[in-house]
Amino acid sequence: MTETLAETTAQAEEPLAEFPMPRAAGCPFDPPPATRVLQNERPIAKVRLWDGSTPWLVTRHADQRALLGDPRVSSDPLVPGFPHPNEGFRENSKRRRTFLGMDDPEHARIRRMVTAPFAIKRVEALRPDIQKITDDLIDAMLAGPTPVDLVRAFALPLPSLVICRLLGVPYEDHDFFQKNSSVLINMASSVEDVVRANEALTDYLDNLVAAKLADPADDMLSELAARVRAGELTQREAANMGVLLLIAGHETTANMIALGTVALLEHPDQLAVLRETDDPKAVARAVEELLRYLSIVHNGRRRVALEDIEVGGETIRAGDGIILHTGTGNWDAEVFPEPERLDISRDARRHMAFGFGVHQCLGQPLARLELQVVYSTLYRRIPTLRLATGLDQLPFKHDGAVYGVYELPVTW
Amino acid sequence: MRVEVDVPKCVGSGQCVMIAPDVFDQREEDGIVVLLNDRPPAELHADVEESAVVCPAAAIRVVEK
Ligand code: SF4
Repeated sequence: MTETLAETTAQAEEPLAEFPMPRAAGCPFDPPPATRVLQNERPIAKVRLWDGSTPWLVTRHADQRALLGDPRVSSDPLVPGFPHPNEGFRENSKRRRTFLGMDDPEHARIRRMVTAPFAIKRVEALRPDIQKITDDLIDAMLAGPTPVDLVRAFALPLPSLVICRLLGVPYEDHDFFQKNSSVLINMASSVEDVVRANEALTDYLDNLVAAKLADPADDMLSELAARVRAGELTQREAANMGVLLLIAGHETTANMIALGTVALLEHPDQLAVLRETDDPKAVARAVEELLRYLSIVHNGRRRVALEDIEVGGETIRAGDGIILHTGTGNWDAEVFPEPERLDISRDARRHMAFGFGVHQCLGQPLARLELQVVYSTLYRRIPTLRLATGLDQLPFKHDGAVYGVYELPVTW
Repeated sequence: MRVEVDVPKCVGSGQCVMIAPDVFDQREEDGIVVLLNDRPPAELHADVEESAVVCPAAAIRVVEK
């Protein structure tokens, strides 16, 4: 007991590492080196955030899974001690409550209202449509000049067209919602900008839900509108859910397409295997490995302890913030031998790129399908695809909630 | 092998259906797990074990080896 006390005091006196931690120059795909040192030396360690708070940073795969699956750990950003990533997020969490920030049973009740369209079979039925969208975008790119920005020409429009169609949002408005959604997930955005972007998007979705109430179609917003009519949701709650699905549908897959392409171009042997295979299982395996390797939700899943929890030799106290750095967990050599090696033939299914526990990504079957179609089509149809600039010139999204590149100039 | 699913726990992530489609399915109306075969044949045991490990909600249990 005395010893533990002494240790705690010793740790309190040491200056704590600041979080988030920077990546190493020249290693754009690797998790920050400091997180990997902690993983070896102090896998559950206190760190200091922007507001001076000192949550726990958890870096090992096993501890992360234990905590993410633990009902004593809350996702509610309104619980004191929750480690907000910045002021904008803290402000927004008061304004826009979604199932992402709720605990069971409320979380399960609301989440189940939107799970049906993401069931494996319903998503699989979209394969021909997604293939067509992919081929059309590649045709347009091939017909245009080079170099071209792969993000604007392909990586962003593809998931955007798909999620718009599923939700029933008119794609013509894409400039408006893409701009606002990128403000919302950029850590460098001011509080005012975040609040304004959130309001603009919520009002926009609110109007759409109202339109679907009057004139329903075969899409998710109409299903949500039906819930509003049945009194299960308020119109504002339905709009909040729409904002969440629209942003999630955009930012993640778009970044996986662009960043995945950069990673594959830097690993030509792996790219060649992917380009040549006809086996859908091999493609599916490659998708899992790229999800693991890149872990684009890169600054940690955030939680707060509701009770004292013993884990990995530490005691996390009730009210302590917890950051699960799943990007580092996905590079845990105990689960993924030689984690720094991109190996599209490995079995990477235990990765936590979609999170873990009850909040694990709802849209993962759709994301997987989009990535399988893209990775098995793009490099085959443009076999000479290459960067039109140096790797060191690419603008990486260090400040984003989702990692990726802002622009990807390519040629062929 | 005997398998059990804890339906109220399931979050409909579909991981089990992806890994072992002959053993697990999802309800049409909300994507929640449906157990198709609680005594899967030996050649599916590894996939079922993997589904239990990967299931984010710990809703799948292998009760008899
Ligand atoms: S993997 Fe688990 S949570 Fe996902 S559908 Fe199957 S039982 Fe449900």
